Amino acid sequence: MLELKNICKNYNQGTVNEMCLFENFCLTIGDGEFVSVVGSNGSGKTSMLNIICGSIPVDSGQIIIGRKDITRMPEHKRLRTIGRVYQNPAMGTCPNMTILENMAMADTKGKSFNLRPGTDRKRIDYYRDSLKVLGLGLEDKLDVKVGVLSGGQRQAMALLMSTMTPIEFLILDEHTAALDPKTAETIMELTGKIVEEKKLTTIMVTHNLRYAAEYGNRLLMMHQGKVILDKSGDRKQETRTEDLLSLFNEISVECGN
Amino acid sequence: MSIILGILEEGLIYAILALGVYITYSILDFPDLSVDSTFPLGAAVTAALLLAGVPASAALLISFFCGVLAGIVTGLIHVKLKVVDLLSGIIVMTGLYSINLAIAGGANLAFFGQSTIFENDITAPLLSSPAGDFTVTLISLAVVLVVKFLLDAYLKTRSGYLLRAAGDNDTLVTSLAKDKGTVKIIGLALANGLVALSGSVYCQKQGFFEISTGTGSIVIGLASVIIGTKLFRRASFMKTTTAVIIGSILYKACIAAAMAIGIFKTSYMKFVTAALFLIILVISNRSRGKGAA
Repeated sequence: MLELKNICKNYNQGTVNEMCLFENFCLTIGDGEFVSVVGSNGSGKTSMLNIICGSIPVDSGQIIIGRKDITRMPEHKRLRTIGRVYQNPAMGTCPNMTILENMAMADTKGKSFNLRPGTDRKRIDYYRDSLKVLGLGLEDKLDVKVGVLSGGQRQAMALLMSTMTPIEFLILDEHTAALDPKTAETIMELTGKIVEEKKLTTIMVTHNLRYAAEYGNRLLMMHQGKVILDKSGDRKQETRTEDLLSLFNEISVECGN
Repeated sequence: MSIILGILEEGLIYAILALGVYITYSILDFPDLSVDSTFPLGAAVTAALLLAGVPASAALLISFFCGVLAGIVTGLIHVKLKVVDLLSGIIVMTGLYSINLAIAGGANLAFFGQSTIFENDITAPLLSSPAGDFTVTLISLAVVLVVKFLLDAYLKTRSGYLLRAAGDNDTLVTSLAKDKGTVKIIGLALANGLVALSGSVYCQKQGFFEISTGTGSIVIGLASVIIGTKLFRRASFMKTTTAVIIGSILYKACIAAAMAIGIFKTSYMKFVTAALFLIILVISNRSRGKGAA
Protein backbone atom coordinates (compact mmCIF):
# COMPACT_ATOMS: atom_id res chain seq x y z
CA MET A 1 0.00 0.00 0.00
CA LEU A 2 1.19 3.47 -0.87
CA GLU A 3 0.19 6.50 1.14
CA LEU A 4 0.86 10.15 0.48
CA LYS A 5 0.03 12.09 3.65
CA ASN A 6 -0.37 15.88 3.75
CA ILE A 7 2.18 16.47 1.03
CA CYS A 8 3.13 20.14 0.53
CA LYS A 9 5.25 21.18 -2.40
CA ASN A 10 6.17 24.68 -3.51
CA TYR A 11 8.29 25.49 -6.51
CA ASN A 12 10.76 28.40 -6.49
CA GLN A 13 10.16 29.01 -2.80
CA GLY A 14 11.10 32.48 -1.62
CA THR A 15 11.14 34.05 -5.07
CA VAL A 16 8.57 36.08 -6.98
CA ASN A 17 7.89 32.99 -9.08
CA GLU A 18 6.83 30.99 -6.05
CA MET A 19 4.15 28.52 -6.98
CA CYS A 20 2.27 26.25 -4.65
CA LEU A 21 1.55 22.92 -6.31
CA PHE A 22 0.43 20.66 -3.49
CA GLU A 23 -1.11 21.78 -0.25
CA ASN A 24 -1.89 18.92 2.14
CA PHE A 25 -2.23 16.50 -0.72
CA CYS A 26 -3.38 13.06 0.37
CA LEU A 27 -3.72 9.86 -1.62
CA THR A 28 -3.87 6.18 -0.76
CA ILE A 29 -3.30 3.45 -3.31
CA GLY A 30 -4.07 -0.10 -2.29
CA ASP A 31 -2.20 -3.24 -3.33
CA GLY A 32 -3.18 -4.54 -6.74
CA GLU A 33 -4.79 -1.30 -7.90
CA PHE A 34 -4.14 -0.13 -11.44
CA VAL A 35 -4.67 3.62 -11.24
CA SER A 36 -4.99 5.76 -14.36
CA VAL A 37 -4.27 9.42 -13.76
CA VAL A 38 -5.40 12.16 -16.14
CA GLY A 39 -5.26 15.93 -15.90
CA SER A 40 -4.20 19.03 -17.76
CA ASN A 41 -0.60 20.21 -18.02
CA GLY A 42 0.65 21.57 -14.71
CA SER A 43 -1.98 19.73 -12.71
CA GLY A 44 0.72 17.90 -10.75
CA LYS A 45 0.55 14.40 -12.27
CA THR A 46 4.21 14.02 -13.06
CA SER A 47 5.21 15.90 -9.90
CA MET A 48 3.22 13.33 -7.94
CA LEU A 49 5.17 10.50 -9.59
CA ASN A 50 8.44 12.33 -8.96
CA ILE A 51 7.51 12.74 -5.30
CA ILE A 52 6.67 9.04 -4.98
CA CYS A 53 9.96 8.02 -6.64
CA GLY A 54 12.04 10.61 -4.78
CA SER A 55 13.17 12.49 -7.89
CA ILE A 56 12.07 15.71 -6.18
CA PRO A 57 11.92 16.40 -2.43
CA VAL A 58 8.76 17.45 -0.61
CA ASP A 59 8.50 20.49 1.67
CA SER A 60 6.49 18.56 4.23
CA GLY A 61 4.34 15.48 4.52
CA GLN A 62 4.93 11.77 4.51
CA ILE A 63 5.33 9.10 1.85
CA ILE A 64 4.67 5.61 3.13
CA ILE A 65 5.04 2.31 1.30
CA GLY A 66 3.80 -0.75 3.18
CA ARG A 67 4.38 0.51 6.69
CA LYS A 68 7.67 2.14 5.97
CA ASP A 69 8.15 5.87 5.84
CA ILE A 70 10.31 6.54 2.78
CA THR A 71 10.06 10.34 2.76
CA ARG A 72 13.78 10.76 3.36
CA MET A 73 14.95 7.76 1.37
CA PRO A 74 17.10 8.65 -1.68
CA GLU A 75 15.66 7.98 -5.14
CA HIS A 76 17.86 5.05 -6.09
CA LYS A 77 16.98 3.14 -2.93
CA ARG A 78 13.26 3.63 -3.48
CA LEU A 79 13.53 2.40 -7.03
CA ARG A 80 14.64 -0.97 -5.72
CA THR A 81 10.99 -1.90 -5.33
CA ILE A 82 9.62 0.45 -7.96
CA GLY A 83 9.80 0.05 -11.72
CA ARG A 84 9.46 3.24 -13.72
CA VAL A 85 8.90 3.82 -17.42
CA TYR A 86 9.39 7.35 -18.70
CA GLN A 87 7.72 9.31 -21.48
CA ASN A 88 11.02 9.50 -23.38
CA PRO A 89 11.82 6.00 -24.68
CA ALA A 90 15.55 6.79 -24.44
CA MET A 91 15.38 7.00 -20.64
CA GLY A 92 14.77 3.34 -19.97
CA THR A 93 17.64 1.76 -21.91
CA CYS A 94 21.33 2.33 -22.68
CA PRO A 95 21.72 3.23 -26.37
CA ASN A 96 25.40 2.25 -26.68
CA MET A 97 24.92 -1.17 -25.12
CA THR A 98 23.44 -4.18 -26.84
CA ILE A 99 19.95 -5.57 -26.27
CA LEU A 100 21.49 -8.51 -24.45
CA GLU A 101 23.61 -6.28 -22.19
CA ASN A 102 20.58 -4.14 -21.37
CA MET A 103 18.50 -7.19 -20.50
CA ALA A 104 21.30 -8.60 -18.37
CA MET A 105 21.61 -5.35 -16.44
CA ALA A 106 17.88 -5.22 -15.77
CA ASP A 107 18.10 -8.81 -14.56
CA THR A 108 20.87 -7.87 -12.11
CA LYS A 109 18.73 -5.20 -10.43
CA GLY A 110 18.51 -5.90 -6.71
CA LYS A 111 21.67 -8.01 -6.78
CA SER A 112 25.20 -6.76 -6.26
CA PHE A 113 26.89 -5.18 -9.30
CA ASN A 114 30.20 -6.88 -8.54
CA LEU A 115 32.98 -8.41 -10.65
CA ARG A 116 30.95 -11.38 -11.84
CA PRO A 117 30.29 -11.60 -15.58
CA GLY A 118 27.80 -8.92 -16.65
CA THR A 119 25.84 -11.37 -18.77
CA ASP A 120 24.93 -14.75 -17.35
CA ARG A 121 25.04 -17.05 -20.40
CA LYS A 122 22.52 -19.40 -18.81
CA ARG A 123 19.89 -16.66 -18.80
CA ILE A 124 20.09 -15.84 -22.52
CA ASP A 125 17.29 -18.22 -23.44
CA TYR A 126 15.07 -16.62 -20.84
CA TYR A 127 15.83 -13.14 -22.27
CA ARG A 128 15.10 -14.42 -25.75
CA ASP A 129 11.76 -15.84 -24.65
CA SER A 130 10.69 -12.66 -22.90
CA LEU A 131 11.66 -10.58 -25.94
CA LYS A 132 9.69 -12.93 -28.17
CA VAL A 133 6.52 -12.04 -26.26
CA LEU A 134 6.89 -8.46 -27.54
CA GLY A 135 6.45 -9.71 -31.11
CA LEU A 136 8.95 -7.18 -32.45
CA GLY A 137 11.64 -9.60 -33.59
CA LEU A 138 14.10 -8.32 -30.99
CA GLU A 139 14.93 -11.87 -29.89
CA ASP A 140 17.02 -12.28 -33.06
CA LYS A 141 18.92 -9.02 -32.53
CA LEU A 142 20.49 -9.65 -29.15
CA ASP A 143 23.85 -8.20 -30.20
CA VAL A 144 22.40 -5.06 -31.76
CA LYS A 145 22.89 -1.78 -29.93
CA VAL A 146 19.66 -0.41 -28.49
CA GLY A 147 20.44 3.02 -29.97
CA VAL A 148 19.48 1.85 -33.47
CA LEU A 149 16.04 0.64 -32.39
CA SER A 150 12.90 2.70 -32.93
CA GLY A 151 11.19 4.57 -30.10
CA GLY A 152 8.47 1.92 -29.86
CA GLN A 153 10.96 -0.94 -29.70
CA ARG A 154 12.95 0.87 -27.02
CA GLN A 155 9.84 1.60 -24.99
CA ALA A 156 8.80 -2.04 -25.20
CA MET A 157 12.24 -2.99 -23.90
CA ALA A 158 12.07 -0.35 -21.18
CA LEU A 159 8.74 -1.79 -20.04
CA LEU A 160 10.12 -5.30 -20.07
CA MET A 161 13.30 -4.28 -18.23
CA SER A 162 11.52 -2.31 -15.52
CA THR A 163 9.28 -5.28 -14.70
CA MET A 164 11.85 -8.06 -15.04
CA THR A 165 12.77 -8.30 -11.37
CA PRO A 166 10.14 -8.46 -8.62
CA ILE A 167 8.81 -4.97 -7.86
CA GLU A 168 5.99 -3.67 -5.71
CA PHE A 169 5.02 -0.71 -7.86
CA LEU A 170 5.01 0.09 -11.53
CA ILE A 171 5.09 3.80 -12.38
CA LEU A 172 4.18 4.74 -15.94
CA ASP A 173 4.87 8.36 -16.76
CA GLU A 174 2.99 9.10 -20.01
CA HIS A 175 4.84 6.14 -21.43
CA THR A 176 2.93 6.08 -24.71
CA ALA A 177 2.93 9.84 -25.34
CA ALA A 178 6.02 9.93 -27.57
CA LEU A 179 4.91 7.05 -29.79
CA ASP A 180 2.84 6.91 -32.96
CA PRO A 181 -0.82 5.81 -32.43
CA LYS A 182 -0.28 2.24 -33.58
CA THR A 183 2.86 1.66 -31.54
CA ALA A 184 1.21 3.35 -28.56
CA GLU A 185 -1.63 0.85 -28.86
CA THR A 186 0.83 -2.08 -28.93
CA ILE A 187 2.71 -0.78 -25.89
CA MET A 188 -0.54 -0.18 -24.02
CA GLU A 189 -1.77 -3.72 -24.70
CA LEU A 190 1.58 -5.04 -23.56
CA THR A 191 1.34 -2.94 -20.40
CA GLY A 192 -2.10 -4.33 -19.61
CA LYS A 193 -0.80 -7.87 -20.11
CA ILE A 194 2.29 -7.45 -17.93
CA VAL A 195 0.36 -5.73 -15.12
CA GLU A 196 -2.22 -8.50 -15.13
CA GLU A 197 0.30 -11.34 -15.27
CA LYS A 198 2.57 -9.99 -12.55
CA LYS A 199 -0.30 -8.52 -10.52
CA LEU A 200 1.53 -5.22 -10.19
CA THR A 201 0.23 -2.21 -8.34
CA THR A 202 0.39 0.41 -11.06
CA ILE A 203 0.09 4.16 -11.40
CA MET A 204 -0.24 5.32 -14.98
CA VAL A 205 -0.22 8.96 -15.94
CA THR A 206 -1.63 9.51 -19.41
CA HIS A 207 -3.04 12.19 -21.69
CA ASN A 208 -4.94 9.59 -23.62
CA LEU A 209 -8.44 9.64 -22.13
CA ARG A 210 -9.40 6.44 -23.89
CA TYR A 211 -6.54 4.51 -22.30
CA ALA A 212 -7.49 6.00 -18.96
CA ALA A 213 -11.07 4.83 -19.38
CA GLU A 214 -10.21 1.40 -20.80
CA TYR A 215 -7.33 0.35 -18.61
CA GLY A 216 -7.04 0.06 -14.89
CA ASN A 217 -9.52 -0.35 -12.06
CA ARG A 218 -9.31 3.15 -10.63
CA LEU A 219 -9.34 6.55 -12.28
CA LEU A 220 -8.06 9.87 -10.94
CA MET A 221 -8.41 13.27 -12.51
CA MET A 222 -6.09 15.92 -11.19
CA HIS A 223 -6.39 19.67 -11.43
CA GLN A 224 -4.20 22.35 -9.86
CA GLY A 225 -2.64 19.94 -7.40
CA LYS A 226 -5.88 18.36 -6.28
CA VAL A 227 -7.71 15.16 -7.11
CA ILE A 228 -11.04 16.31 -8.55
CA LEU A 229 -12.31 12.90 -9.61
CA ASP A 230 -11.67 9.51 -8.06
CA LYS A 231 -13.61 6.52 -9.37
CA SER A 232 -12.94 2.89 -8.69
CA GLY A 233 -14.62 -0.47 -9.15
CA ASP A 234 -17.91 -0.44 -11.07
CA ARG A 235 -18.05 3.34 -11.14
CA LYS A 236 -14.69 3.30 -12.94
CA GLN A 237 -15.82 0.65 -15.43
CA GLU A 238 -18.88 2.74 -16.35
CA THR A 239 -16.77 5.77 -17.16
CA ARG A 240 -16.54 6.47 -20.85
CA THR A 241 -14.02 8.57 -22.74
CA GLU A 242 -16.73 11.14 -23.54
CA ASP A 243 -17.50 11.70 -19.84
CA LEU A 244 -13.87 12.40 -19.17
CA LEU A 245 -13.62 14.74 -22.12
CA SER A 246 -16.58 16.85 -21.04
CA LEU A 247 -15.24 17.10 -17.50
CA PHE A 248 -11.89 18.04 -18.94
CA ASN A 249 -13.49 20.83 -20.97
CA GLU A 250 -15.27 22.13 -17.89
CA ILE A 251 -12.10 22.56 -15.86
CA SER A 252 -10.29 24.05 -18.82
CA VAL A 253 -13.03 26.65 -19.23
CA GLU A 254 -12.71 27.53 -15.56
CA CYS A 255 -9.04 28.16 -16.14
CA GLY A 256 -9.81 30.27 -19.17
CA ASN A 257 -7.86 28.33 -21.74
CA MET B 1 65.12 3.35 -36.43
CA SER B 2 65.68 5.05 -33.14
CA ILE B 3 62.97 7.57 -34.04
CA ILE B 4 60.47 4.78 -34.65
CA LEU B 5 61.43 3.06 -31.42
CA GLY B 6 61.08 6.37 -29.62
CA ILE B 7 57.57 6.80 -31.04
CA LEU B 8 56.59 3.26 -30.06
CA GLU B 9 57.98 3.62 -26.53
CA GLU B 10 56.27 6.94 -25.85
CA GLY B 11 53.12 5.89 -27.72
CA LEU B 12 52.77 2.72 -25.68
CA ILE B 13 53.48 4.39 -22.35
CA TYR B 14 51.00 7.18 -23.08
CA ALA B 15 48.52 4.54 -24.26
CA ILE B 16 48.01 3.59 -20.59
CA LEU B 17 47.10 7.23 -19.91
CA ALA B 18 44.88 7.22 -23.00
CA LEU B 19 43.01 4.15 -21.66
CA GLY B 20 42.37 6.08 -18.46
CA VAL B 21 41.12 9.09 -20.39
CA TYR B 22 38.97 6.70 -22.45
CA ILE B 23 37.18 5.67 -19.26
CA THR B 24 36.38 9.23 -18.18
CA TYR B 25 35.91 10.94 -21.54
CA SER B 26 34.27 8.23 -23.65
CA ILE B 27 32.62 5.88 -21.18
CA LEU B 28 31.66 8.24 -18.34
CA ASP B 29 31.33 11.39 -20.45
CA PHE B 30 33.26 13.27 -17.76
CA PRO B 31 35.92 15.79 -18.93
CA ASP B 32 38.47 15.10 -16.21
CA LEU B 33 41.29 17.67 -16.33
CA SER B 34 42.94 16.38 -13.15
CA VAL B 35 44.86 14.02 -15.45
CA ASP B 36 47.44 16.78 -15.95
CA SER B 37 48.43 16.33 -12.31
CA THR B 38 47.73 12.65 -11.71
CA PHE B 39 50.23 11.73 -14.44
CA PRO B 40 53.12 13.53 -12.65
CA LEU B 41 51.68 12.23 -9.35
CA GLY B 42 52.50 8.70 -10.50
CA ALA B 43 55.94 9.92 -11.56
CA ALA B 44 56.67 11.73 -8.27
CA VAL B 45 55.53 8.78 -6.14
CA THR B 46 57.65 6.42 -8.24
CA ALA B 47 60.78 8.59 -8.06
CA ALA B 48 60.47 8.96 -4.30
CA LEU B 49 59.81 5.24 -3.77
CA LEU B 50 62.65 4.06 -6.01
CA LEU B 51 65.09 6.33 -4.21
CA ALA B 52 63.87 4.87 -0.93
CA GLY B 53 64.76 1.42 -2.25
CA VAL B 54 61.24 0.15 -2.96
CA PRO B 55 61.14 -2.43 -5.80
CA ALA B 56 60.07 -1.02 -9.17
CA SER B 57 57.04 -3.28 -9.51
CA ALA B 58 55.76 -2.22 -6.09
CA ALA B 59 56.27 1.41 -7.13
CA LEU B 60 53.98 0.75 -10.11
CA LEU B 61 51.22 -0.59 -7.89
CA ILE B 62 51.55 2.14 -5.27
CA SER B 63 51.48 4.80 -8.00
CA PHE B 64 48.30 3.22 -9.34
CA PHE B 65 46.66 3.44 -5.92
CA CYS B 66 47.76 7.05 -5.45
CA GLY B 67 46.05 7.82 -8.77
CA VAL B 68 42.96 5.98 -7.54
CA LEU B 69 42.90 8.22 -4.45
CA ALA B 70 43.21 11.36 -6.58
CA GLY B 71 40.34 10.12 -8.75
CA ILE B 72 38.21 9.49 -5.68
CA VAL B 73 38.85 13.06 -4.52
CA THR B 74 37.78 14.48 -7.90
CA GLY B 75 34.70 12.25 -7.74
CA LEU B 76 33.77 13.25 -4.21
CA ILE B 77 34.13 16.95 -5.04
CA HIS B 78 31.83 16.48 -8.02
CA VAL B 79 29.28 14.09 -6.52
CA LYS B 80 29.10 15.06 -2.86
CA LEU B 81 29.92 18.78 -3.04
CA LYS B 82 28.06 19.14 -6.36
CA VAL B 83 30.83 21.05 -8.13
CA VAL B 84 30.64 21.03 -11.96
CA ASP B 85 32.69 18.16 -13.49
CA LEU B 86 35.17 20.43 -15.28
CA LEU B 87 35.86 22.48 -12.16
CA SER B 88 36.25 19.41 -9.92
CA GLY B 89 39.07 18.27 -12.19
CA ILE B 90 40.67 21.70 -12.24
CA ILE B 91 40.57 21.98 -8.45
CA VAL B 92 42.30 18.62 -8.00
CA MET B 93 44.75 19.41 -10.81
CA THR B 94 45.80 22.64 -9.13
CA GLY B 95 45.98 21.23 -5.63
CA LEU B 96 47.93 18.16 -6.67
CA TYR B 97 50.67 20.31 -8.21
CA SER B 98 51.89 21.31 -4.76
CA ILE B 99 51.46 17.77 -3.45
CA ASN B 100 53.57 16.43 -6.32
CA LEU B 101 56.29 18.96 -5.46
CA ALA B 102 56.13 17.91 -1.83
CA ILE B 103 56.34 14.19 -2.65
CA ALA B 104 59.36 14.66 -4.90
CA GLY B 105 60.86 17.30 -2.64
CA GLY B 106 61.33 19.66 -5.58
CA ALA B 107 60.61 20.22 -9.25
CA ASN B 108 63.17 17.57 -10.30
CA LEU B 109 64.19 14.28 -8.80
CA ALA B 110 66.62 11.91 -10.51
CA PHE B 111 67.07 8.25 -9.60
CA PHE B 112 69.69 7.13 -12.11
CA GLY B 113 71.25 3.85 -11.15
CA GLN B 114 68.20 2.58 -9.23
CA SER B 115 66.68 -0.56 -10.67
CA THR B 116 63.46 0.12 -12.62
CA ILE B 117 61.05 -2.10 -14.53
CA PHE B 118 63.27 -1.42 -17.56
CA GLU B 119 66.71 -1.71 -16.00
CA ASN B 120 67.08 -4.46 -13.43
CA ASP B 121 68.90 -7.75 -12.91
CA ILE B 122 66.45 -9.67 -15.07
CA THR B 123 66.54 -7.31 -18.05
CA ALA B 124 70.31 -6.74 -17.84
CA PRO B 125 71.27 -9.59 -20.23
CA LEU B 126 68.52 -8.49 -22.64
CA LEU B 127 69.74 -4.89 -22.58
CA SER B 128 73.28 -5.87 -23.48
CA SER B 129 72.15 -8.28 -26.22
CA PRO B 130 71.76 -7.16 -29.86
CA ALA B 131 68.03 -6.78 -29.24
CA GLY B 132 68.75 -4.40 -26.37
CA ASP B 133 67.23 -1.42 -28.17
CA PHE B 134 63.83 -3.12 -28.16
CA THR B 135 63.75 -3.80 -24.43
CA VAL B 136 61.88 -0.66 -23.44
CA THR B 137 59.36 -1.10 -26.26
CA LEU B 138 58.71 -4.73 -25.36
CA ILE B 139 58.31 -4.08 -21.64
CA SER B 140 56.02 -1.11 -22.32
CA LEU B 141 53.99 -3.27 -24.69
CA ALA B 142 53.67 -5.95 -22.03
CA VAL B 143 52.39 -3.42 -19.45
CA VAL B 144 49.93 -1.91 -21.95
CA LEU B 145 48.59 -5.32 -22.93
CA VAL B 146 48.08 -6.38 -19.32
CA VAL B 147 46.20 -3.12 -18.64
CA LYS B 148 44.15 -3.51 -21.82
CA PHE B 149 43.07 -7.08 -21.09
CA LEU B 150 42.22 -6.28 -17.48
CA LEU B 151 40.18 -3.27 -18.58
CA ASP B 152 38.39 -5.29 -21.28
CA ALA B 153 37.58 -7.95 -18.72
CA TYR B 154 36.35 -5.38 -16.20
CA LEU B 155 34.03 -3.74 -18.73
CA LYS B 156 32.31 -7.10 -19.17
CA THR B 157 31.55 -7.53 -15.47
CA ARG B 158 28.35 -6.36 -13.77
CA SER B 159 30.25 -3.43 -12.31
CA GLY B 160 31.68 -2.63 -15.76
CA TYR B 161 28.20 -2.71 -17.28
CA LEU B 162 27.04 -0.21 -14.68
CA LEU B 163 30.01 2.07 -15.45
CA ARG B 164 29.10 2.05 -19.14
CA ALA B 165 25.46 2.66 -18.27
CA ALA B 166 26.40 5.66 -16.09
CA GLY B 167 27.98 7.39 -19.07
CA ASP B 168 25.31 6.28 -21.49
CA ASN B 169 22.12 7.02 -19.55
CA ASP B 170 22.49 7.64 -15.84
CA THR B 171 18.71 7.58 -15.31
CA LEU B 172 18.90 3.85 -15.92
CA VAL B 173 21.53 3.47 -13.19
CA THR B 174 19.05 5.06 -10.77
CA SER B 175 16.29 2.80 -12.12
CA LEU B 176 18.52 -0.19 -11.37
CA ALA B 177 18.52 1.00 -7.73
CA LYS B 178 22.17 2.05 -7.83
CA ASP B 179 23.64 5.40 -6.84
CA LYS B 180 24.99 6.96 -10.02
CA GLY B 181 27.35 9.15 -7.99
CA THR B 182 29.15 6.10 -6.58
CA VAL B 183 29.51 4.64 -10.06
CA LYS B 184 31.07 7.89 -11.30
CA ILE B 185 33.53 7.89 -8.40
CA ILE B 186 34.55 4.30 -9.20
CA GLY B 187 35.11 5.26 -12.84
CA LEU B 188 37.20 8.30 -11.95
CA ALA B 189 39.24 6.24 -9.48
CA LEU B 190 40.00 3.58 -12.05
CA ALA B 191 40.81 6.12 -14.77
CA ASN B 192 43.18 8.17 -12.62
CA GLY B 193 44.80 4.98 -11.34
CA LEU B 194 45.72 4.15 -14.92
CA VAL B 195 46.93 7.70 -15.58
CA ALA B 196 49.23 7.58 -12.53
CA LEU B 197 50.43 4.13 -13.61
CA SER B 198 51.30 5.63 -16.98
CA GLY B 199 53.20 8.42 -15.19
CA SER B 200 55.09 5.82 -13.17
CA VAL B 201 56.15 3.85 -16.26
CA TYR B 202 57.12 7.06 -18.07
CA CYS B 203 59.27 8.26 -15.20
CA GLN B 204 60.96 4.86 -14.86
CA LYS B 205 61.91 5.10 -18.52
CA GLN B 206 63.26 8.64 -18.12
CA GLY B 207 65.16 7.96 -14.94
CA PHE B 208 63.96 11.15 -13.33
CA PHE B 209 60.85 13.03 -12.25
CA GLU B 210 60.09 16.47 -13.57
CA ILE B 211 57.08 18.51 -12.47
CA SER B 212 56.35 19.80 -15.98
CA THR B 213 55.91 16.31 -17.53
CA GLY B 214 52.21 16.42 -16.79
CA THR B 215 51.43 19.64 -18.60
CA GLY B 216 49.31 18.82 -21.63
CA SER B 217 48.88 15.14 -20.80
CA ILE B 218 45.08 15.52 -20.90
CA VAL B 219 45.44 16.79 -24.47
CA ILE B 220 47.63 13.82 -25.39
CA GLY B 221 45.10 11.45 -23.84
CA LEU B 222 42.10 13.06 -25.52
CA ALA B 223 43.82 13.20 -28.90
CA SER B 224 44.73 9.51 -28.67
CA VAL B 225 41.20 8.53 -27.72
CA ILE B 226 39.64 10.61 -30.49
CA ILE B 227 42.08 9.39 -33.17
CA GLY B 228 41.60 5.80 -32.09
CA THR B 229 37.83 5.85 -31.78
CA LYS B 230 37.21 7.86 -34.98
CA LEU B 231 39.75 6.13 -37.19
CA PHE B 232 38.62 2.62 -36.34
CA ARG B 233 34.94 3.48 -35.95
CA ARG B 234 33.89 0.97 -38.58
CA ALA B 235 36.39 -1.70 -37.62
CA SER B 236 33.95 -3.75 -35.59
CA PHE B 237 36.45 -6.59 -35.20
CA MET B 238 38.66 -4.34 -33.10
CA LYS B 239 38.03 -3.53 -29.46
CA THR B 240 37.88 0.17 -28.64
CA THR B 241 40.70 -0.28 -26.13
CA THR B 242 42.95 -1.57 -28.95
CA ALA B 243 41.92 1.37 -31.13
CA VAL B 244 42.85 3.79 -28.34
CA ILE B 245 46.30 2.22 -27.97
CA ILE B 246 46.92 2.52 -31.72
CA GLY B 247 45.57 6.08 -31.56
CA SER B 248 48.15 6.93 -28.93
CA ILE B 249 51.02 5.60 -31.08
CA LEU B 250 49.69 7.44 -34.16
CA TYR B 251 49.44 10.69 -32.23
CA LYS B 252 53.01 10.40 -31.00
CA ALA B 253 54.05 9.68 -34.60
CA CYS B 254 52.25 12.83 -35.80
CA ILE B 255 54.05 14.93 -33.20
CA ALA B 256 57.40 13.34 -34.00
CA ALA B 257 56.79 14.05 -37.69
CA ALA B 258 55.85 17.66 -37.02
CA MET B 259 58.92 18.16 -34.86
CA ALA B 260 61.20 16.35 -37.35
CA ILE B 261 60.33 18.77 -40.12
CA GLY B 262 62.39 21.12 -38.05
CA ILE B 263 60.34 24.30 -38.25
CA PHE B 264 59.70 24.11 -34.55
CA LYS B 265 62.24 24.42 -31.77
CA THR B 266 62.00 21.84 -28.98
CA SER B 267 60.41 24.49 -26.78
CA TYR B 268 57.43 24.53 -29.18
CA MET B 269 56.58 20.90 -28.33
CA LYS B 270 53.47 21.77 -26.32
CA PHE B 271 52.33 24.18 -29.02
CA VAL B 272 52.56 21.40 -31.60
CA THR B 273 50.73 19.06 -29.20
CA ALA B 274 47.85 21.52 -28.83
CA ALA B 275 47.70 22.53 -32.51
CA LEU B 276 47.60 18.89 -33.64
CA PHE B 277 44.83 18.18 -31.14
CA LEU B 278 42.81 21.07 -32.57
CA ILE B 279 43.26 19.75 -36.10
CA ILE B 280 42.17 16.27 -35.03
CA LEU B 281 39.10 17.67 -33.26
CA VAL B 282 38.07 19.71 -36.30
CA ILE B 283 38.54 16.78 -38.67
CA SER B 284 36.55 14.43 -36.46
CA ASN B 285 33.74 17.01 -36.14
CA ARG B 286 33.64 17.43 -39.91
CA SER B 287 33.38 13.71 -40.56
CA ARG B 288 30.52 13.52 -38.08
CA GLY B 289 28.80 16.40 -39.90
CA LYS B 290 28.73 14.39 -43.11
CA GLY B 291 26.34 12.02 -41.47
CA ALA B 292 28.84 9.29 -40.76
CA ALA B 293 27.44 8.03 -37.51
